[in-house]
Amino acid sequence: MDQSQTLQAIVQEAHARSRPLAIRGGGSKAFYGRQTPECDRLDLSGHQGIVDYAPNELFITLRAGTPLQVLEAQLSEAGQILPFEPPHFGPAATIGGTLACGFSGPRRPYAGSARDTVLGMRILNGQGEILRFGGQVMKNVAGYDVSRLMVGALGTLGVLLEVSLKVLPRPDHAVTLVQRVDPATAVQRMNLWAGQPLPLSATAYDGEHLYIRLSGTGSAVRAAQTRLGGERLPDAEAAAFWVALREQRHVFFQGDAPLWRLAVAPATPPLPLAGQTLVEWGGGQRWLRGVRDATALRQLVAEHGGHATLFRGGDRHDEVFHPLTPPLLAVQQRLKAAFDPRAVLNPGHLYVVL
Amino acid sequence: MSAPPDSAAFLAELRAALSAEAVLSGAEDLRPYECDGLSVLRELPLCVVLPTDREGVQAVLHLCQRYGVAVVPRGAGTGLSGGARPIRGAVLLSLARLRDILAIDLENRTARVQPGVRNLAISEAARPLGLYYAPDPSSQIACSIGGNVAENSGGVHCLKYGLTVHNILALEVLTAAGEALQIGSQAPDSPGYDLLALMTGSEGLLGVVTECTVRLLPVPEHTLVLLAAFSSVVAAAESVGAIIAAGIIPAGLEMMDQLAIEAAEDFVHAGYPRDAAAILLCELDGSVVELKERRQEVEVILQRHGASAIRMAEDAATRLLLWKGRKAAFPAVGRLAPDYYCMDGTIPRQRLAEVLERIAAWSVEYGLRVANVFHAGDGNLHPLILYDANAEGQLHAAEEFGRRILELCVAVGGSVTGEHGVGVEKLDSMCVQFNAAELAQLHRIKHAFDPEDRLNPGKAVPSLHRCAELGAMHVHHGRLPFPELERF
Repeated sequence: MDQSQTLQAIVQEAHARSRPLAIRGGGSKAFYGRQTPECDRLDLSGHQGIVDYAPNELFITLRAGTPLQVLEAQLSEAGQILPFEPPHFGPAATIGGTLACGFSGPRRPYAGSARDTVLGMRILNGQGEILRFGGQVMKNVAGYDVSRLMVGALGTLGVLLEVSLKVLPRPDHAVTLVQRVDPATAVQRMNLWAGQPLPLSATAYDGEHLYIRLSGTGSAVRAAQTRLGGERLPDAEAAAFWVALREQRHVFFQGDAPLWRLAVAPATPPLPLAGQTLVEWGGGQRWLRGVRDATALRQLVAEHGGHATLFRGGDRHDEVFHPLTPPLLAVQQRLKAAFDPRAVLNPGHLYVVL
Repeated sequence: MSAPPDSAAFLAELRAALSAEAVLSGAEDLRPYECDGLSVLRELPLCVVLPTDREGVQAVLHLCQRYGVAVVPRGAGTGLSGGARPIRGAVLLSLARLRDILAIDLENRTARVQPGVRNLAISEAARPLGLYYAPDPSSQIACSIGGNVAENSGGVHCLKYGLTVHNILALEVLTAAGEALQIGSQAPDSPGYDLLALMTGSEGLLGVVTECTVRLLPVPEHTLVLLAAFSSVVAAAESVGAIIAAGIIPAGLEMMDQLAIEAAEDFVHAGYPRDAAAILLCELDGSVVELKERRQEVEVILQRHGASAIRMAEDAATRLLLWKGRKAAFPAVGRLAPDYYCMDGTIPRQRLAEVLERIAAWSVEYGLRVANVFHAGDGNLHPLILYDANAEGQLHAAEEFGRRILELCVAVGGSVTGEHGVGVEKLDSMCVQFNAAELAQLHRIKHAFDPEDRLNPGKAVPSLHRCAELGAMHVHHGRLPFPELERF
């Protein structure tokens, strides 16, 4: 049901009184971002519904509170998928929350990120104005790209009301291969293959085994399978493996120890870190567990052109995202003010000052 | 925008900071820079500066800030919306001399380049490594990567490989105040707000790109092009929908109507069937075995939709010839009349037939012929309106005709610009696509980067005042566009 007017009234009121709001969809990603003081809640979970879906035009438009499950079921009926294979982290996950967090899954390095999928959005800015940017077409360069700017902003620039996304046909076939290799070889292979015309759709390394998923037409997958070699996982087991990895139910993610996400240039050799590292995205995304010296970890990752996020657990009152350089932080503060002058939308959720 | 009170001192400082030959200020030296690819809009700047490195660009920006002078950045000047058209009294900042490919990183599959590097030069440099840079606007032999970032350029392979925004990883940008921002990196995503997305397509209003890291892709194992002729544009458009419905994402899908076909055929002799109402060019890429299957599937679909003749090109020479007709469509159409006006709207493909019908009706109404070239995969329509600037009233008629086409694009759920940008050309059309609150938000974004409004001022986003006057004018003429259509 369309609740835009109700949501708008709440934001207008919050703006008028300078009272912060905590934006919430399904609550499945409440663990993410900085922890901020209790405040009024803006609940998007009732703002649901698919507004427009044209499979042959490869786009879908839907309200932000629509559950990911509902969206994916609808796409599945037409033989289509969300290219970025988003994690849900719970049955209540909404598309709005997923985009606000900017979460992408295993297919991301080969088919694009959550932000790459966005075609347009309708948002509420911090003054409670309903604004529309982008559209339903692949190409649209009228005005600044505000809709993609919203992805990963954790709701601090605007409340997502309605989004239009690019969708893709589901590949006919998928095969997962497993090879036993050492960590350095795993990263080398992932990057070597990414430079060749192969139908890669996911790669991961758990410290012992390199997992390679190939997706596409039967003939293309078979040809690549022969070329790369390795043991083929039974289909059901393979599907379960990628879902477990995406949903962080893999054994690596069990327990309460803090979880760090390291994003680095993909060909970066294994980093000198104590403990096990789980590698995804062709080497670009690496996971680490445990209480760590945040400053030292961030410095190490930055040397490889990357950034480190305290993804789950640990001290969430301090900054959890990689610190920004002073000029970048200053620009982002001015951007925040440009959208939300009284800082009523999720203030402090992304960075202390945003 | 007027020249600084002491322009002699300003020019002297620019020359001291760069070199005497890097600052042009004589009228005859400025003339080559008076317009970009949209040549009907001309203006002379205060001066043209040609720095050779980032420090030079920074020095120019610092001086402009001190003297309160506006700056218009310019890449190769191939833009089609006047984005790089000079502003009187402002500096025209050419990035053409920052033209080095700084590094190609084979392992991470990226290239780090200066903004003046030509689009095609990146692919040429990467080719020996089996890699290439995917976005390929038709002007790719000439256009620069800095300009591509400013315009978020596309090309004929967008449907499968995306736009510039999907294919760049990092930017080094100087703000109007000359402050350097390092945006993005070789790592996926970036902390904080996605400034990479915001900067891409910002038409030189938010910052000056001084370095760009692009993503390189592996060259496909095999490529083939199918050409199909249809007796109606509707049938051609429906076949496109059917190909996509079959789960096939072609690398390129281009449509041309009869006038465009004839013009291209006269010009490059690509072997297009002259009697067809529309042709479709469909490029498929992938492994050899995969393409064998795909090709058959596509051929069946095309036949089912009434394609009368299907030709296939697998070898590079024939493929290039088939594409040549399409890539040369603009100059080819240019031979049919003294002048042509190239439009750049996007529409949902399912509305193509009705849009073309209206364009045909207006063509009769204005007495101006139109050739249509269509990126069918992504809905980007390029009607080329033929006119004669020397004939009384024709330029005005062409502009009004064009504006109505863009208003129609918005009304059917599309956009006033798919890839050419707003520049100065489409400022009025922006008033149709965005309301006052949206435009005000865009201006606030601009001011977050450039509070003094000195970078390419007056371009890309119209002032609220301009739109208000335009709105009044529309009502005055008693003709609000498409009152019968539901508005988005």
